[in-house]
Amino acid sequence: MSTISRHTALHPTHEGLNAHFTDFGGWDMPLRYGSELAEHKAVREAAGLFDLSHMGEVWVSGPDAATFLNTALAGNLAVVKVGKAKYTMILAEDAGIIDDLIVYRIADTRFLVVPNAGNAPVVAAALAERAAGFDVEVKDASDETSLVAVQGPAAEAIVASVVTGDGQAAAVKELPYYAWTAVAVQGIDVLLARTGYTGEDGFELFIPNVDAARLWDILFAAGAGHGIVPCGLAARDSLRLEAGMPLYGNELSLEITPLEAGLGPVVSLKKEEAFVGRAAFEAAKAEGRGTSTGRRLVALKGLGRRAARGGYDVLKDGVVVGRVTSGQPSPTLGYPVALAMVDVEFAGPGTALDADLRGKAEPFEVVSLPFYTRQK
Amino acid sequence: MSAVKSSLRYSAEHEWIDASSPAKVGISQVAADALGDVVYVDVPEAGTALTAGETCGEVESTKSVSDLYSPVTGTIVEVNQAAIDDPSLLNSDPYGAGWLFTVEVESEGALLTAAEYASANGGDVVD
Repeated sequence: MSTISRHTALHPTHEGLNAHFTDFGGWDMPLRYGSELAEHKAVREAAGLFDLSHMGEVWVSGPDAATFLNTALAGNLAVVKVGKAKYTMILAEDAGIIDDLIVYRIADTRFLVVPNAGNAPVVAAALAERAAGFDVEVKDASDETSLVAVQGPAAEAIVASVVTGDGQAAAVKELPYYAWTAVAVQGIDVLLARTGYTGEDGFELFIPNVDAARLWDILFAAGAGHGIVPCGLAARDSLRLEAGMPLYGNELSLEITPLEAGLGPVVSLKKEEAFVGRAAFEAAKAEGRGTSTGRRLVALKGLGRRAARGGYDVLKDGVVVGRVTSGQPSPTLGYPVALAMVDVEFAGPGTALDADLRGKAEPFEVVSLPFYTRQK
Repeated sequence: MSAVKSSLRYSAEHEWIDASSPAKVGISQVAADALGDVVYVDVPEAGTALTAGETCGEVESTKSVSDLYSPVTGTIVEVNQAAIDDPSLLNSDPYGAGWLFTVEVESEGALLTAAEYASANGGDVVD
């Protein structure tokens, strides 16, 4: 089996910008172009341009699409209005998390499911398998679809300045969070979504591969006067961590249910469908998983200068009570931030804990999420 | 390509040392570029005894932590407080303002010339 990393349609663009590359989910992606701290700062203060084409795109359509997704996924997708989107998850039978996803309702009987890069093939296969008995078609379009994101306070102005259809500039400005609209950008048909992974205002633009490089260049040129900067995965990670957003593989995995991640509300028990993982989820909930039993994801603020990193132990009076899942210095806030899975007794905000930083116990405190909230 | 300063010598672990007395030590641009933005520098205090090849501190970037290895056996004379206060100096000027400490050298560990280090690490030798 080939283990050569995949390239997005924007790979030549990144090389032209002297990107430093890294492997992510089997893809060769820009880690940073210059300073990842400068890229992080640009998103918080101006705008960042991201290539997210490694993410997956799976189309689900047919008369049973809504009830199929309600059965295959954890959330209630049937109540999502056309033009809106919802953050959700796909669970295994034991309620373990296969992936976290955003689902966009394109029409009454048509949805776009967006899995994470490393999980796209697994999610597409699971959806295809779960479609048995439903009048739906599941089409994995990940290989043909590119995704570019503009994130930051200037994102709206930049995107509004490049759309060319009548009334579309106003439509961009009025587009609510977690909604999408179709726009034209100089002849390129774009599915424009107001979603993101940074904690800032921003947009994600889905296009066919053939249009990716030209769209990137158009956005880059339009953003120049606003201070737009190309941003890699290092900045993407520090931005989402500050915003308190989980990363599959770090905070989320098959080993936990949504309850341990504090994402119980993402699962809909009100919908009728016996969705995959329902019984196990209900049993875990009844036993108090994540609230009175087991472990729970918490936010930690470092009281010293050193950052805790993924994999480090969390201690209470010298005893291991948890494990850090993500951590680094927060560029915006100026102190170390981390997410950690800890025993529920120690999950309350204000709890004093230590992280084992390579043999040295450094003090951290449980705080409420998110670490950072943007000015609205 | 990362710059490799010709007047310095290098350890395989990416520290450089100059020819002054006491000798100045820092990390190479190859190392700084691989780390990304340096956010924290941890070096021992003046008077600490160092042993060539053994760890003598840490350099931490946003994403990772790397050990510092002493290129020589000797005693630390002075530590660069400016680099401790502003770790970004290791990225912007790793051979100049980003120096880490000076050391009274008793004996050297294995050291490479600039050409040997550049050849092993894909850097460009510069004056």
